[in-house]
Formats: sequence, structure tokens, C-alpha cells
Amino acid sequence: MNHNFSFISGWIRSGSRLLDLGCGDGSLLADLTSSHNVRGYGLEIDSGSIEKCIARGVNVVEQDLNRGLDNFADNSFDTVVMTQALQAMRYPHLVLDEMLRIGSECIITFPNFGSWRTRAYLAFRGRMPVTKQLAYQWYDTPNIHFFTYSDFEALCQERNINVMHRKFIAEQFPDNLLKNLWPNLFTETAVYHLSR
Amino acid sequence: MASLSLQTPAKSIGLVSPQKVLIDKPLTLACGTVLPTHELVFETYGTLNSDKNNAILICHALSGNHHAAGFYEGDSKPGWWDHYIGPGKAIDSDRFFIVSVNNIGSCFGSTGPTSTNPATGRAWGADFPSLRARDWVESQKLLMEHLAIECWAAVIGGSLGGMQAMRWSLEHPDKLLNAVVIASSMKLSAQNIAFNEIARRAIKSDPNFCDGNYLQQNRAPLHGLALARMIGHVTYLSDEALGKKFGRELASGDFIGSTEDPIEFQIESYLNYQGDKFSSNFDANSYILITRMLDYFDLSREYGNSPVSAFEHAQCNFLLISFSSDWRFSPKRSQEITDALITAGKNVSYTAIESNQGHDAFLLPNDRYQKTLSNYLRRVADQLGAA
Repeated sequence: MNHNFSFISGWIRSGSRLLDLGCGDGSLLADLTSSHNVRGYGLEIDSGSIEKCIARGVNVVEQDLNRGLDNFADNSFDTVVMTQALQAMRYPHLVLDEMLRIGSECIITFPNFGSWRTRAYLAFRGRMPVTKQLAYQWYDTPNIHFFTYSDFEALCQERNINVMHRKFIAEQFPDNLLKNLWPNLFTETAVYHLSR
Repeated sequence: MASLSLQTPAKSIGLVSPQKVLIDKPLTLACGTVLPTHELVFETYGTLNSDKNNAILICHALSGNHHAAGFYEGDSKPGWWDHYIGPGKAIDSDRFFIVSVNNIGSCFGSTGPTSTNPATGRAWGADFPSLRARDWVESQKLLMEHLAIECWAAVIGGSLGGMQAMRWSLEHPDKLLNAVVIASSMKLSAQNIAFNEIARRAIKSDPNFCDGNYLQQNRAPLHGLALARMIGHVTYLSDEALGKKFGRELASGDFIGSTEDPIEFQIESYLNYQGDKFSSNFDANSYILITRMLDYFDLSREYGNSPVSAFEHAQCNFLLISFSSDWRFSPKRSQEITDALITAGKNVSYTAIESNQGHDAFLLPNDRYQKTLSNYLRRVADQLGAA
């Protein structure tokens, strides 16, 4: 998973305790450790990713997020991060609750299924969208919960989650120009900074 | 990028020979007894660099010894961790100076129950003082001073060896940079202690045990010790591993009556062989002593029973490794250590290796295990600027 979320470093305080859920090859943690001196830990289940983390000296713990996070105490981290993995969780809303229990703040990124591109794909081809971001067939995708920007906004409201920052990412034209006007139609990836 | 040659386990370190040192400093044991001097047998692999910062200490477990890698003249079997120690291997003797010591109380040449008690002129036998894991650490510390090593690049051990590595991190936090804790636990469970007690009782029930003073009478509780080992051995293996290796295959006899030979399953024959082999190489008093040391080990007892408070004293980085089918020190035990280290804010990585080999997996070849150890230690070596 490539990460182009360097701007979230602006939301992270220097020297803070950071937990990265589904940390992949540990590049985000490695960057934030060198730039912000964070005390970071990543959770991951993919053995190849774990090996990469260990090779680059990132703290990585083998743990299946779907089996819960109850080994982490309330408020034990300043920030809990999850990039591009919420849609792969069995119960995303419970994971979100857990993240906000463990961390004072959370940063979440997810692919926006409401983008006009995925809508058009489904509407005109009649097939489940396979895009650069969602590069799987319906039968082998780890992404088992598709949701949109608007869905996530509604979830935050329902669960009394405070949105500190939101940022919309789109690289293609004209999405990159329109994403802030109509986020649900033109955002490829949404990034949220949350607290309770 | 790593060179390709590091990906394939290379040859063995080759011929090795043990060294013996008389530690001429008093060692005060946790039980209060003072050993005015003691002897340690050890092996080293690789070369200590001029900065003396590339040393790794290998901590053995219950029945282990100093012969961790390489071959003795005329032997066909290498040391007990030869899969992982050697040139180009995970614990790389081309980059590290590796020290492997037989600990006191054991029976491979270091001071233990079979040594002479200077006070009586006879073998210590059952009178050898009770030991704790910290006593092994303190004795290893004296060896460290003898070798003029100021700080270990890493202290590495599986099972009871991992307990020593953790104890090192608390007792001498500035004397190690990394602790690699494999298939270990912060304390034994009731089930663990139960198996150890069955083993001890097996030994003590042997008429040749003579209350532990069998050496004076030129006897040895071989039968009891073999039985103890057989029990222990089963707990080191998984049901699946035993099933795969032996199934219900017969070593002799059959079920159709075509032979007079008694029916014996291969697992019976294997276990009996292992038990007998062990009892001819190991000392019964050492077995009792070291199983007790395991039972008494409790990392956080003196820290208000709080593993987090205990690990707050540590300064080194930790690597934790467990094996999925290990039911002696299951992955849950390693997860507990990891959780405490994270809460204490220490650097820790933890990986749970898929394996059907049970507790013994830490000694056996496993691709992912090997890669994890290699990746971790390669980085340690790179950071030291070692060759």
C-alpha cells in the first residue's frame, strides 16, 4: 500500500505515542519516527509486511485487528492511525469505537465508494467496480464494507464522534478541482482526524 | 539491499572446542549462599571487534549447554542451535562475536551438583544451592567481565533462555542493546509447574535416587530421569507433529498375529530412546534444580506483580517470537510480554510464527523464523557498524 498521507504529520504532535493499525511495511511509522520522534507501534498480520517492518527497525506487533484490541488500555496512545483498512474490518463501527477508546485522537483514511467513477462503473458496466484504489474482484477483495464519504459523516454523527479535520484526496482531473465542492462525488480517498 | 547470500543458510561454523574459566570472584546467589569461585564452560563463535560492541550472549534452556553451534572433532551432530548460529546464518558469526555458556547448576562442566563442594570434598549432589534465573544472569555477567565485554549487542534465548534475556534487561539495563525472547513466558502456569513436578517425582521415586546423594554411592536414577525426560519431551512437541512423525506406526509386532514380537508403537520406541539417551547425558539433581528454577521464575514478582512496572526498568529493544503450536509457552504468553512492553513504552516487535512443531520449534529450521531473526540482527549489526 503506497502512502501519500504525509500531510497528516501536521496532525501529530512531536514525541507522541502512536499506534498504526494495519501498518503495512511501516513506512508511515518510519517517517513519523524520524520527523516527529513519535514512539510508534504498528499492528499487522501480513508476514511479508512484518518482515519489512523488522528489517527497517519499526516496532511491529503481529495482531489480527478483527480479533479485537482489548489488550490496549483506554487512552494509552495519543493518536491511533488506520490507513485504507477500515473497509476491510469485520465491524468497522466497533473498530472505530475501539480506536477512540485507545487513542485520544484518531486518523482514518478510506476509499470513497461514492466517487462518480465507481458510481459510473457500477451504473454503466453493471459490474462491481475494479479501480486503481479498489483493485480486487468482488470475490477476492479484502474490502468487505464499501462506504461513502456521506456514510462515514453519518456514522460520526450517530456515534457522537468529533471531526477535527477532514481532507479529501483526488488526483485525477477534474476530481482534483471539484473534490472540496462535492466531496462525495469527487473524493477518491477521504482522510479524517477524529476525537470523542 | 541485503546480499543474496544472506538469504540462504550457509555452512556450519565447523570445528569448535569449549573453553573453561574459573571465575575467581564471589557470586552471591538469590538464596543467600555465596559461591566463592565457580567454573564456567563456554564456546565462542566469530571475532570480537576492536570496539568490543558486537558480542551476543546465547542463553540456553533447561537441558541445553554451551555447545550451540559447530561440531566437535569426530562428532556427526552439530550444536543445539546450529540452524541459527554460524557464518551467514541468522545469528551471524561473520558479524557477531557469539558467546554460549553452560550455566551453573547444569551438568556439562560448569559448577553444578556434580562438582565438588569445597566445604565437604564430595559432590554437591542434592545440596547444591537453589538457583534462580537471576543467578545465571549474574554468573553470565562475571563471564562478560572476564571477556572484557562492556555491553551485549543482544542477549538471545528460547524458553528459559528468553527468561534470562528478560532478566538481563531488568537487572543490567545498560549492559545490553537488544533482548531476543523466543517461545518464553513471564512466569510458568499451573499446568507448566504440574508437568515439572511430575518429572521431579519420577526422578525421586527411582530407588537409585538415594535422596539425591546417588553419586556418593556410585548409583544414578537413570530410570527416573528417563521418565522425567519422556514427560517433558511430550510437552515440547505438538499433537500434530507427533502424529506426522509417528502416527500409529509400529516399531515391532503387528495386529494380524504373524509375529510373536510384542506390539510397540514407534512413538513408544522413540520416547524410550530419547529418555534413555537423555538420562545417560544429564544429571538428575540438575534436572530437579533447573525445573525448580523455572517454576520459581516470575519476572514481575518484585515489581508489585506488575509486568509494566518491571519493564519500565528496561532500556533495550525487544524482539519477541512465539510459535502457533507451542502449548508449553503459547503465543499468548509472548503477547502478554509484548503488551507490557508497549505499555511501558519500550521498543518491541512481536511475531507469531506459524509452526506445527510445538515448543521445540525454536530449535528447528523454519523459513519465517529464520528471516525474522536475520532481519532483526542484520539491522543490529548495521547499527553497530560491525564488519
